[in-house]
Amino acid sequence: MDRVLGRIWWLLAASAVIAFLSPPFLWLFGIMDGAGLTLYLQQVVSGTANGCVYALVALGIVLIYKATETINFAQGELMMVGAFLAFTFITMYGFGFWIGAAMAVAGGVLFGMATDRAIIRPVVGQPVFAIVMVTLGFGFVVRAVVSMIPGWGTDTYALATPFSGADLRLGALVVSQDYAAIIVSTVVLVAFLFVFFRYTRLGVAMEASSENQLAAYYMGIPVKRVYTLIWGLSAGVAAFAGLLLAPVTFIHTQMGFGVVFKAFPAAILGGFGSIPGAIVGGLIIGIVEALAGFYLPEGFKDVAAYVVLLVVLLLKPEGIFGRVVVKKV
Amino acid sequence: MRFLFKTDYAQDTRLFPFGGTRRFWAGLALYAAILVALAHYAPVALNATHWLGVAIVYAVLFGAVLLRQNADGEGGNAAFWYGLLGVGALSAPFVLDLYFLSQITFVYVYAIAGVGLILLLGMCGQISLGHAAFMACGAYTAGLLQAQGFDLLVTLPAAILLSAALGVVIGLPALRMTGIYLAFATYAFAFIVEEVLARWDGLTGGNMGFVLSDPSILGYSFDSEQKMYYLAMALFVLTLLAGLNIRRSSTGRAFMAIRDSETAAEAMGVNLAVYKTTAFAISAGMAGLAGAVYAHLLFFISPEGFTIFLSINLLVLAVIGGLASMHGAVFGAAFIVVLPQLISLTKDSLPPVVGQLPGLESGIFGLVIVLFVIFEPMGIHGRWMKIKTYFQLFPLYKRGTFKRQKSYMVSEKNR
Repeated sequence: MDRVLGRIWWLLAASAVIAFLSPPFLWLFGIMDGAGLTLYLQQVVSGTANGCVYALVALGIVLIYKATETINFAQGELMMVGAFLAFTFITMYGFGFWIGAAMAVAGGVLFGMATDRAIIRPVVGQPVFAIVMVTLGFGFVVRAVVSMIPGWGTDTYALATPFSGADLRLGALVVSQDYAAIIVSTVVLVAFLFVFFRYTRLGVAMEASSENQLAAYYMGIPVKRVYTLIWGLSAGVAAFAGLLLAPVTFIHTQMGFGVVFKAFPAAILGGFGSIPGAIVGGLIIGIVEALAGFYLPEGFKDVAAYVVLLVVLLLKPEGIFGRVVVKKV
Repeated sequence: MRFLFKTDYAQDTRLFPFGGTRRFWAGLALYAAILVALAHYAPVALNATHWLGVAIVYAVLFGAVLLRQNADGEGGNAAFWYGLLGVGALSAPFVLDLYFLSQITFVYVYAIAGVGLILLLGMCGQISLGHAAFMACGAYTAGLLQAQGFDLLVTLPAAILLSAALGVVIGLPALRMTGIYLAFATYAFAFIVEEVLARWDGLTGGNMGFVLSDPSILGYSFDSEQKMYYLAMALFVLTLLAGLNIRRSSTGRAFMAIRDSETAAEAMGVNLAVYKTTAFAISAGMAGLAGAVYAHLLFFISPEGFTIFLSINLLVLAVIGGLASMHGAVFGAAFIVVLPQLISLTKDSLPPVVGQLPGLESGIFGLVIVLFVIFEPMGIHGRWMKIKTYFQLFPLYKRGTFKRQKSYMVSEKNR
């Protein structure tokens, strides 16, 4: 408990310092004018929206890691496949947005479960590098296969949603509905996952198998089946992220690769293996990136995320919410 | 594993025979000298067939000598085959055409970096997604110093030392983290290095990159493919010897202790901080050397040549080649160089519907990686060991010899 409290104090102190130096306070003290504040908030909102997507992909990575200790470099590709499925169902077959979206997520779940059975099951128990190589290689294969499928290919596609084009006005602040949709659905999804892990039998079984595989097995939990379901869940979350990202960027075969190299820092920042950590990490990376892109010279946008990662890791090598496990002899 | 260590030091040394190899090197030098003399002072112009004949005669002579010399030792056979390989490698520039020669030169360069990565990943168990940055550091150091008029005797050591220093800096996080944390800490550093190279226009030429000229040592210019081949080969052999020696030394044993259990290693008196940093420094130095030679081979460097894809390629090299042995570096390097060529060759002979598909190359590349890890997790070198053992034990080989023990939970959490 002490450790948890210590972590919370650490976070509070850090955020107090940051908040004190932030534009809202500068505005309160009269150092910054209203237009500057609006610009700043605009960046924060778009950063939050991007951060939500990073957070969802990071969440998928963390779910899989927590349960199976598999580091999944193909998570971005799962997201990409989800986005392409959404494009297929919604735009190509014309199922309508909501049905198409549900079908895309369901398709993503099935794809994730198939991946676990076909690719991951044979290598469970091998060293970490081996599994990393498998998921990396699998990512290459998925990208190649997607680019070969007729109708998908190497082109770039736009996905129309019911929200596209419209803006929300909050005083001087203009938020595109796409961004608002991303933020709201992320909150809903995270709440759903929280309830799922806390109150359902399957969720508790998943927690148990990730805590201690052998003990869970002895308690009668079908660990292998639970793992397949976790891959399904994680791929479903990834497909959801793809669905959210598609209206903002475009759908193309490389969309996953860029996101996954932001999602990993996000997951690590929060403490690899911690679900709240993945969310917080994703938001931090997204916001820092947006602010750096706006206020700093060109070139800092991409580097900013990694600089933050390094600084946090140097201060707290296990991440913000990470668990320090010391081997007892 | 019984193939890594014998019971005592003498037996261990015999795996890679050194003591008896003084004669081996003397012989090699003599033969090389004769070869060079033949090339320069032969009464008639020698063609490829002549050289093939010379190579065969050499191989037989050499093999006979080595076999007799080491008839009782375990290393006898190995020394024979390595001798043959050495002669083959030395005579390659006279036999092969320029295309194949330059491909083999690239194999040497990748193998230099591969030896470094196997030291770090296979021996010390520290993962790095940042080796492209070390290669970039070596390449830019060599290139920029050469532009100032220094020759290889200065630029190569400088490239090695500077990369090693960068390796120490990047390795510092390794003192406090492992696994995926370390992988992305190194990746973050590498990304920043790449960005700096791209943005520091004044020094590096930015994204436009810059052009190198032929390298030279004390006025002797390496201005042909053949000369570059020998240079790369010599540097590779030196790197390999360094790698093998490090593995046999107390440093190497400390690395392996750290890999197997940090807690146990620390309890045995291995200073984790010192040895982890050393591993990073050595590995980075070798990658820097590879980068320097790479730059001279390509004559042109830009930040795009040193992205995360190069780091991933190097990891693939190490894993596919086999992490358990230095052989893996050569196998893996050959794989990395040959596979894309092979794919583009077969592409032409395939029906255009299949051959022209986008992403075919990366797809096959990924597929090969996946299949390798699933079916041959010990890499090409592991497969080679199995084949060799099969014939050594011939009727008695059991399928279970190399079988991995399946563990229910391989947890990184409590290492």
